[in-house]
Amino acid sequence: MRYLPKSPAERDQMLAAIGAQSIDDLFSSIPERFRLRESLNLPGPYSEAEVIQYFQERAKEGSVGYTSFLGAGVYNHLRSVVTDTIIQRGEFLTSYTPYQAEISQGTLQAIFEFQTLMCQLTGQEVANASMWDGSTATTEAVLMAERITRRRRVLVARSLHPEYRDVLRTYAKNSGLHVEEVPFGADGTLEQKALESAIRDDVAAVVVQSPNFFGVIEQVPALANIGHSSGALLVVAVTEGVSLGLVRPPAEADIVALEGQSFGLAPSYGGPFVGVISTHEKFVRQMPGRLAGQAADSHGRRGFVLTLAAREQHIRREKATSNICTNQALCALAATVHLALLGKEGLREMAAQNLSKAHFAMNALVKVPGVRRAFEGAFFNEFTIVLPRSVETVNQQLLHEKFVGPLSLGSFYPELTDHALVCVTETTTRTEIERFVSALGRSLGRN
Amino acid sequence: MSDKITKASRHVSQNEGLIFEKSSPGKRAFDLPPLDVPAADPAEALGANHRSEGVAGFPEVSEIEALRHFTRLSTWNYAIDLGMYPLGSCTMKYNPRVNEFVARLDGIATEHPLQPEVLSQGCLKIMRLLEKCLLAITGMDALTLQPAAGAQGELTGLLLIRAYLESQGDARKKVLIPDSAHGTNPATAVIAGYQVENIKSDSHGQIDAEKLRELVTEDVAALMITNPSTLGIFEQRISDIAAILHAKGALLYMDGANMNALAGVARPGDFGVDVMHLNLHKTFSTPHGGGGPGAGPVTMKKILEPFRPVPVLVEKAGGELTLEQDRPHSIGRVKAFSGNFGVLVRALAYILAYGPGIRQATEDAVLNANYIRKHLEGVFALPYSLPSMHEVVFSDAIQKQNGVNTMDIAKRLIDYGFHPYTTAFPLIVPGALMIEPTESESKEECDLFIEAMRAIAAEAASDPDIVKHAPHTTRIGRLDEVTAARKPILRWSQGRK
Amino acid sequence: MVYPTTYRYTKDHEWIDVKGDSGTIGLTDYAQCQMGDIVFVELPAVGAILEAEKPLGTVESVKTVNEIYAPVSGEVIEVNGELKDAPEKVNSDPHGQGWLVKVRLKDSAEIAALMDAPAYEAHLSASGKEDSH
Repeated sequence: MRYLPKSPAERDQMLAAIGAQSIDDLFSSIPERFRLRESLNLPGPYSEAEVIQYFQERAKEGSVGYTSFLGAGVYNHLRSVVTDTIIQRGEFLTSYTPYQAEISQGTLQAIFEFQTLMCQLTGQEVANASMWDGSTATTEAVLMAERITRRRRVLVARSLHPEYRDVLRTYAKNSGLHVEEVPFGADGTLEQKALESAIRDDVAAVVVQSPNFFGVIEQVPALANIGHSSGALLVVAVTEGVSLGLVRPPAEADIVALEGQSFGLAPSYGGPFVGVISTHEKFVRQMPGRLAGQAADSHGRRGFVLTLAAREQHIRREKATSNICTNQALCALAATVHLALLGKEGLREMAAQNLSKAHFAMNALVKVPGVRRAFEGAFFNEFTIVLPRSVETVNQQLLHEKFVGPLSLGSFYPELTDHALVCVTETTTRTEIERFVSALGRSLGRN
Repeated sequence: MSDKITKASRHVSQNEGLIFEKSSPGKRAFDLPPLDVPAADPAEALGANHRSEGVAGFPEVSEIEALRHFTRLSTWNYAIDLGMYPLGSCTMKYNPRVNEFVARLDGIATEHPLQPEVLSQGCLKIMRLLEKCLLAITGMDALTLQPAAGAQGELTGLLLIRAYLESQGDARKKVLIPDSAHGTNPATAVIAGYQVENIKSDSHGQIDAEKLRELVTEDVAALMITNPSTLGIFEQRISDIAAILHAKGALLYMDGANMNALAGVARPGDFGVDVMHLNLHKTFSTPHGGGGPGAGPVTMKKILEPFRPVPVLVEKAGGELTLEQDRPHSIGRVKAFSGNFGVLVRALAYILAYGPGIRQATEDAVLNANYIRKHLEGVFALPYSLPSMHEVVFSDAIQKQNGVNTMDIAKRLIDYGFHPYTTAFPLIVPGALMIEPTESESKEECDLFIEAMRAIAAEAASDPDIVKHAPHTTRIGRLDEVTAARKPILRWSQGRK
Repeated sequence: MVYPTTYRYTKDHEWIDVKGDSGTIGLTDYAQCQMGDIVFVELPAVGAILEAEKPLGTVESVKTVNEIYAPVSGEVIEVNGELKDAPEKVNSDPHGQGWLVKVRLKDSAEIAALMDAPAYEAHLSASGKEDSH
């Protein structure tokens, strides 16, 4: 087998050195009746060419050749080949968590840079080395708010990503948290009146997403005021990181839970992505996840170490801030490289293109007879439209014209049947947008 | 340098500041195609939410500078690609490059998790085949691929247990965890709403079955066990342990961190385990990447199957695969979308390369650990003498007499060209040296490691200071972790060096 | 290190210096030695109600974290604010400047259950023997 570096003779020499008669001797501690006598029923062994062939065949069954208008927490953005070149360097790809700082400075400094970039983006003071994704980061942010406030009620915007809400509910069920939803108003933003009447001094956190699931940008400062007036923390989830190149950062939030997929990570059928939590310095000891900090050696040379580890499971065990151990380090590195490449101007320009193209598409779509915009609130690169007929039927027809149509909201929100969430990024060309608009028009014109 | 250091020699290492310190306004490393629609006015479109200034502090560098920056950083890391990385309980094995290649194919990396299922059949088939393989390897009945990592797999497993016990009338209160367990086990049990009761290992480092019999009451939901244990020793009374739990209606959870000792040789489903997670980034070779991403699929017996997280992958009558959302007994979702799919792709590529031959990998892993044990026994103290499987745990008791501890030996190993083993874990071994070579090491590499460890042991006796102040060959020495924790600096800011 | 004879001690290595109806609480020299360099001390707020033998806070070194147990019941009347920026005082002067909190005693009879200095030193050497088994 090509991955195994031993010849039969070497195996025999090693067995002899150990003093074992056969390899079976080394498994003698497993009771005889549990030792498999037969080979496992597994496909393979495959040569490298056969492995590639298997996956190429699966890849052919995918969406290559289609133009997609899906977003909803997973976005298509340009990625430089440099990012992939760097993260495939063996020194990054095949190293462990940097517990041994002297031979892990590359990873540690990159994490420190990631933490810095995340603070700059979100307008917060400290950021961790990564969480599993935006959904678990949002849940962990809520658990963190519970520890800080010692309160148990959580008010969650109904316009938070439905799958994020599902994850929060799964975790909340057994930790005694009471999760209540706050509705959205006619403009698509969280209904502030409803929040004001729901909030009391037993609320740990108000949780909103901005831009929210419908693409609408929330009024973070106003929501922070309402939350803070009762001593609750404001948690802001961001699923589309590129928005932060052009949209005011949620600096008034107490905790930000960001999904960083937009920063150099492929959609990859839903993962691996990279979540991150950022917050105020005063809350750092209640923060989950690893942190890299600056340090010096005895010669005064600057280096970086994993620090404040006493928060974590390997030290605090059942009293830890979280059970997270393995995180998404390589994805965080990809985001770091990607953002270093984009830089200040590149990120702003990418964000501006998203804004322009999405607005161009929206303006064109609402000219299609029967199509209207659902919410008037300001948006970045996603917006919600209402169709005169079932979104599923329309999408079915669009599929024949090689379009993956907008997300049907009806299955997530029974009150939003015929609503569709359209996403347009810098990767979508004007021609594609125009062809899509006319295909949609044709589809609606049909009976 | 010591003449005993044969694997490593000195090498120029480039200095490099932080990316922010290289920045100069106006430089860029990325161009976009020109905008092909009329430009929207951000101030108008976003109103009060417009960030007009761009992100303050963001770096501005050219492409070559960015590439060099990260390349230089990379050279400061040790890696499996450079040599043996014997971190016990982490299973640092070779990460085949074809796995990276296939995970990046158009049609796999490009797929959106919410796209129509008719376009997702390729992705779903990959998940289906991986499911079948993992069930075959663990001897279980059902599974979920959703958990993002081992710790989330543990949580999923405990929530399954809780849901099952609730369906039987009582979720119960406690989870038993041996004192040799990973820290994630107790941390997870608390998130699942359970009280943790620690149980002491016996003098052989095994679970004391008689004591367990007393501890397992009607209040106990489950025992979380790692098998082989974190000492690298198989729990010989595993089926008795399962029987004790089952007799009281409690379930047996297995932390699959050490599955690299069992794949193809024995199946947890056969020895009484009810539910377990796998770490695809350990046993199934997906790259650790400096700390992640991983994946923590959970395999289970039939009784737990109705409670699996949504969505559940099912095969429709015509053979078409679908993700079923409507599962009334489900514990709910633990993560958005369909798990760390890209990690699942790599794990399947690994399994396909081996096929049933995965047994050979397990055998070689156990062979390497025992070969190293044989050559270091006596040189280092062996606190538990039962047979080792894929890893061996020594202690620093002999070297302690000269004031040299496990961390010192670990740091000195760096000078010899190796990554350290795991230090100070498991907690039941004071001054532990936990060594897991994996199957990826040749006899030559094992011999070099043995030679290095023996040389360090000799140094600890003759010249302990050289060990105590190691490493001597790295870019930086031991860092002042105390000041770093007392006065944390967690991000770069303008003007600070 | 000499254990002040006017203090009283717990088996968990806290001390209390009682003056009238209040007492100052700290960690013993033995405790700080065991932990090594202390990087953070988490203490209750003024006004918090302590219960004897229940955790009142935590103390962290780089690689360990320990609970601090209240030697007596009472209300916190003062907290050593200097430890926020200088936790090392617990290491350098555990029985003096490294004090943690001052409490108003709820029941001064609880003091009788604590060890005096010779008893605490005997407790240390007894547990020391146990460790070397």
